[in-house]
Amino acid sequence: MNYFKQDLASLHADLVAKKISSKELTQATFDNIKATDPKIDAFLALNEEAALDQATKIDAAGIKDDQPLAGIPVAIKDNIVTKDLTTTAASKILANFKPVYDATATEKLAAAQMVTVGKTNLDEFAMGGSTETSAFKQTKNAWDQTKVPGGSSGGSAAAVASGQVVAALGTDTGGSIRQPASFNGVVGMKPTYGRVSRWGLIAFGSSLDQIGPLTRGVKDNATILSAIAGHDDHDLTSSTQAVPNFAGDLNDAASVKGLRIGLPKEFLAEGVDDDVKNAILAAADTYRKLGATVDEVSLPHNKYGVAAYYIIASSEASSNLQRFDGIRYGYRAQDVKNLEDVYVKSRSEGFGDEVKRRIMLGTFSLSAGFYDAYFLKAAKVRTVIINDFKAVLKDHDFIMGPVAPTPAFDLGAEIQDPITMYMNDILTIPVNLAGLPGLSLPAGFSNNLPVGMQLIGRPFDESTLYKAGYVFEQNTDFHLQVPTLGGQN
Amino acid sequence: MANRINRDQVQHVAGLAKLEFTDAQLDAFTPQLDDIIGLFETLSEVDTDGVEATSSVSDQLNVMREDVADDWGQSHALLKNAPDAARGFIKVPAIIDESEDN
Amino acid sequence: MNFETTIGLEVHIELKTNSKIFSPSPVAYGADPNANTNVIDWGYPGVLPTTNKGVVADGIIAALALHATVEQHTHFDRKNYFYPDNPKAYQITQSDKPIGHDGWVEVDVDGVKKKIGISEMHIEEDAGKNTHERDYSYVDLNRQGTPLIEIVSKPDIASPAEAYAYLEALRQRIQFTGISDVKMEEGSMRVDVNISVRPVGQEKFGTKTELKNLNSFNYVQRGLEYEEKRQQQVLMSGGAVQQETRRFDEKTGETILMRVKAGADDYRYFPEPDLPALNISDDWIKELGDAMPEMPTKRRERYVNDLGLTDYDAMVITQTKEMSDFFDATVALKADPKMAANYLQGDVNAYLNDNHVDLQATKLTPANLAGMINLISDGTISSKMAKKVFKAITNGEEPKAFVEKHGLVQLSDPAKLQPIIDDVLQANPQSIEDFNNGKKRAVGFLVGQIMKQTHGQANPQVVNKLLMAALQQ
Repeated sequence: MNYFKQDLASLHADLVAKKISSKELTQATFDNIKATDPKIDAFLALNEEAALDQATKIDAAGIKDDQPLAGIPVAIKDNIVTKDLTTTAASKILANFKPVYDATATEKLAAAQMVTVGKTNLDEFAMGGSTETSAFKQTKNAWDQTKVPGGSSGGSAAAVASGQVVAALGTDTGGSIRQPASFNGVVGMKPTYGRVSRWGLIAFGSSLDQIGPLTRGVKDNATILSAIAGHDDHDLTSSTQAVPNFAGDLNDAASVKGLRIGLPKEFLAEGVDDDVKNAILAAADTYRKLGATVDEVSLPHNKYGVAAYYIIASSEASSNLQRFDGIRYGYRAQDVKNLEDVYVKSRSEGFGDEVKRRIMLGTFSLSAGFYDAYFLKAAKVRTVIINDFKAVLKDHDFIMGPVAPTPAFDLGAEIQDPITMYMNDILTIPVNLAGLPGLSLPAGFSNNLPVGMQLIGRPFDESTLYKAGYVFEQNTDFHLQVPTLGGQN
Repeated sequence: MANRINRDQVQHVAGLAKLEFTDAQLDAFTPQLDDIIGLFETLSEVDTDGVEATSSVSDQLNVMREDVADDWGQSHALLKNAPDAARGFIKVPAIIDESEDN
Repeated sequence: MNFETTIGLEVHIELKTNSKIFSPSPVAYGADPNANTNVIDWGYPGVLPTTNKGVVADGIIAALALHATVEQHTHFDRKNYFYPDNPKAYQITQSDKPIGHDGWVEVDVDGVKKKIGISEMHIEEDAGKNTHERDYSYVDLNRQGTPLIEIVSKPDIASPAEAYAYLEALRQRIQFTGISDVKMEEGSMRVDVNISVRPVGQEKFGTKTELKNLNSFNYVQRGLEYEEKRQQQVLMSGGAVQQETRRFDEKTGETILMRVKAGADDYRYFPEPDLPALNISDDWIKELGDAMPEMPTKRRERYVNDLGLTDYDAMVITQTKEMSDFFDATVALKADPKMAANYLQGDVNAYLNDNHVDLQATKLTPANLAGMINLISDGTISSKMAKKVFKAITNGEEPKAFVEKHGLVQLSDPAKLQPIIDDVLQANPQSIEDFNNGKKRAVGFLVGQIMKQTHGQANPQVVNKLLMAALQQ
């Protein structure tokens, strides 16, 4: 069967009408993954037996109208813990690690009766923008297998783009959902900080991390976010704000008429590809035609975001990753004589270069004599960046711009050059620093590679972003174009 | 090169982070870290006088849990996951310096 | 050369809560290794801490009990270091904005009263425990996450005796709040000390040494006394004190070098991003303050000024809140305060020590103690009889019923005593003659005979009175 063109709503309708069973859909998903994954390497682990079991049970119980996600397969980024299903964060230090508990986000998907089919590849501990720092495999871009899928949620983005799954969960600390979504021509949402519980998300930068959905269309994305969002007693930083039915308003009546959109001049500055720039300018015209106003605005401190982010995220990461010490779980080096050996050898053998680089940067930024100049300074610049956004969003409903300065780049092109790699995040990072919601959706092509557009909203106003994204989708056809990969697509 | 961080400092930081590097790795890492720290130093261009630091963007304040005990019954599974365990304890090679113990 | 001494004390106090500070695992002792642990206590990938409201409340109570200012805008910080009993390799503590600061306690050393400052106090999590055996260490994380308050003194303590008095004052005040058992022998109170000496007049503090293995207040004082002398001798002989950690040897009373400090530790503190900041309201502080029990210093004033106890008695009665509450309840039942204090310090304390129990674990009640004291006061029983009654009330028996059941009533009625006295006098003419010849000893003999006749139940005061009257006729 071919479900590649179907969205959640039509799959749900088919399941309710018993045109298809969850077991058939799940089996077809595994067949398709097995056919396509040798080309793109999106998955680190498959959950075949348990998933088919679960699907059979869901079929037996019957799927009702008010269970929009029941029986539908989903993929989970491998830095989100899944009980009894290997969770590695793409690191050797967690190879074969089986968590003894579930993340809140996956628990909520399970409660909605989605079927977890497997765990997707990522940059080790989500540190990277190309999924090249994974200790286990190299995921390829769904559109061109010589290109990176982006990262760190490269596996989830490629899996959705290639039609392996309708939806996947990713995580975003500095652009890790939005950038791979952009590189693979799919929709990715980094929700407002606190919108989705971080319980069970293997922490990278705790004050920046968020879980969010990757899907082929905006409406599907909104449906998944409503399912995973909400306050969680396990995560005291998770918000008590009510969770709307985000997909509820996405219909023919949706409009951007009268909305004020800010387009920061810094987002189209030097370093941004012409094709990318043109796609965004064209999108701005589309919005104007639909009755919105688009003003040039300024986020004057945007360029400092990268430096502030790499200090803050690395500092938090250096502390968060200290628990991987070879004592209680995960990898313990074999040839050890004493405790110091356990620590140093387990960590030095278990972590890859990029993770070590970040740990070193973070440890340095927090160390005696440097804290004020680096960590504290970055935390203050963060405030300045937040204030820039506040000023623009005071009289603009949202901000639009590119997701990344370029489309997907060649595999291996930047991995040896950390600073170039870090600078790719210049347009996504400030959103995490400010904790705002950011939606990435297809807005064009450059040499047959997708180009993404980013919409940035006020805190907890994902609704406006989804509405604007949905209206854009209704008036363009970028999202209808799909890569040719073989398999069912 | 290495005007912001030198090899010795890199080694000192590695010690704090419980990481070790070979000489070749140090040769590669030191200038890289130095460049990145150079990027960090551009922050000094931003005037932050009187600006408060932001350490969280959560909208939550004063959230606390009531003092109620709840045993999640996980200790068995946790011990099973440990690289080495004995008699209910996690087992690790000896700590040479016992002085910090109490 | 004259020296002055500066002592700093860091006291860790374990709080009596139901659950851990950042995880709902039970706080309990004596469980199997790792039995009271969950994924949070193990620092599992993806877990997050949750702040126990009870611990924050205890922090506020401790601040109030130690006259400190409650920091109303506070948060937690991470302290980073690797150790097997520290699962996340960071401890969640407070460094930037401790929950209390600038407090004090008053001490009395040899009649001299002095306020000793507390620079700050903060709430934090305890670590697990390592046990060492040959080539391996064994880690038990049951204690991981047990709530602690750390209380740091200002450099006001100038002698080992003041250090002892400071610890005693801290212990008492915290004990009275009920937030901790504060028992060093059980590890619910732990003390780290540092000491330096400098020539009088020198502005800069001397180099300090840290002392370890001080498992009682006495050891703290003895260790400091030894270390104070040792440092003075080093300086007098022209040497320099090294910054080092020394271990107190309980057998010899000496301190022994453990290790020299290479440099300051680098804990890389930064704000804990997983826990929202706390804004402690005036209302909450007031509510906790209003519910606080009367502190021992206040109680001592009341005991001395209103109830006529001596300073010493008042001090002993206020060793624990339980003893002091017991005393108050006993006095409220009209027992003579002085007698109540004597019984608590004497028979009750002896009973507790002999049986190694706390007052609240016994069957003694204020009602029964007051009942017994009142029976003594109204002459129903003698102090001698009271020994038997006390034993009975330790078993939970009601004193009046016990006295009646065993016929322990004192014979005080002159109409009943007179015939017995007459009989004894008649049987001992020689004693009467001795008395008339000025031999006062004869009285004692006659009283003895009367007591014998009454099986010890005669009220000695009444007997004395009646006997003297008879003899002087």
